[in-house]
Amino acid sequence: MPGFILLNDFLLLLLIVTSLVALHTRNLLGAAIVMSLYSFLMSLVWLNLDAVDVAFTEAAVGAGVATVLFIGALVLVGAEEKGRPRIHWPAVLLVGLTAVALAYGTLDMPAIGDPQAPVQTHLAPQYIAQNVRKISASSADPAGHGAAPGATGTQGRASDYFHGHVPNMVTSVIVNYRALDTLFEVAVIFTAGVSLVLLLRGRGAGS
Amino acid sequence: MEDQVILRIVAKLMIPFILVFGFYVIAHGELGPGGGFQGGVVLASAFILYGIVFDAQRMRMILPRGVSDALASAGVILYALTGLYSLFAGYRYLDYSPLKPSDAAIAESWGMTLVEYGVGITVAAVMVTLFNELVEGTVKKG
Repeated sequence: MPGFILLNDFLLLLLIVTSLVALHTRNLLGAAIVMSLYSFLMSLVWLNLDAVDVAFTEAAVGAGVATVLFIGALVLVGAEEKGRPRIHWPAVLLVGLTAVALAYGTLDMPAIGDPQAPVQTHLAPQYIAQNVRKISASSADPAGHGAAPGATGTQGRASDYFHGHVPNMVTSVIVNYRALDTLFEVAVIFTAGVSLVLLLRGRGAGS
Repeated sequence: MEDQVILRIVAKLMIPFILVFGFYVIAHGELGPGGGFQGGVVLASAFILYGIVFDAQRMRMILPRGVSDALASAGVILYALTGLYSLFAGYRYLDYSPLKPSDAAIAESWGMTLVEYGVGITVAAVMVTLFNELVEGTVKKG
């Protein structure tokens, strides 16, 4: 078994332990800090799987800002858990069955990093080929790219619907190939900020 | 927490570096890991650190609520206008080629940087707003 899979299994085991600790801690401040640890371990898992961008986001948002916001909320509501919720056995049964079904589903999945997996053979080769080729070719092939306005197609190649030129493929996909998608993601964040202002601003100044 | 000397000094030392790192992450999204979302969160964390160590009130003197609200919308507008520019230059929406028609790679780099700044500004402003509204009323007066 390759080393990175062993490391991954170890990290996932730690993830389970931290989530159980977070569930069982009576002190909510402690639970918030354990959740931060959980996010950091998750970020290590992403890093171990070479998903650096996701790891960065998880570390910045999950381990950083989310913890600050949790603690800010705890300042408002108090840090001690009120009463212990009793275990709801039908829910435990349902969750257990779902877990078993999901685990059964993973038996059909290809191995981690399998080059023949469908996800590696579908669109990914196109992304990589177009990206890598054009970094070196773009300056040598000025006629093919950025033709005058009105020319048929702006990328020079008919099949070239993914126009990536930059070394970081993840960002290239996010803000080139799916630029419109990202625009509306930003709009969602903006909307969240606006609703937050509408809901919470001016609480202190009497209702 | 202002009476804690170590905390105050370390926070003051860290904040410029956090800000520079945030801008670095935004500006180098097309080269290394990161981008607007991550960089925006890093930028916001500098303001949140200042707000925690000193006072949310003092943080709002540097970045007033009106400014952070305006920045949140300015980011989205910057993103949308980058797309509209291509549209009016005769290209498809959010196609970055018209920014430098002679070199598609550089045009794309510029376009991505503009768009990433839009994302980063919005994310940073919304995160600061989130912190502002959450600590509202929890900090003791005086």
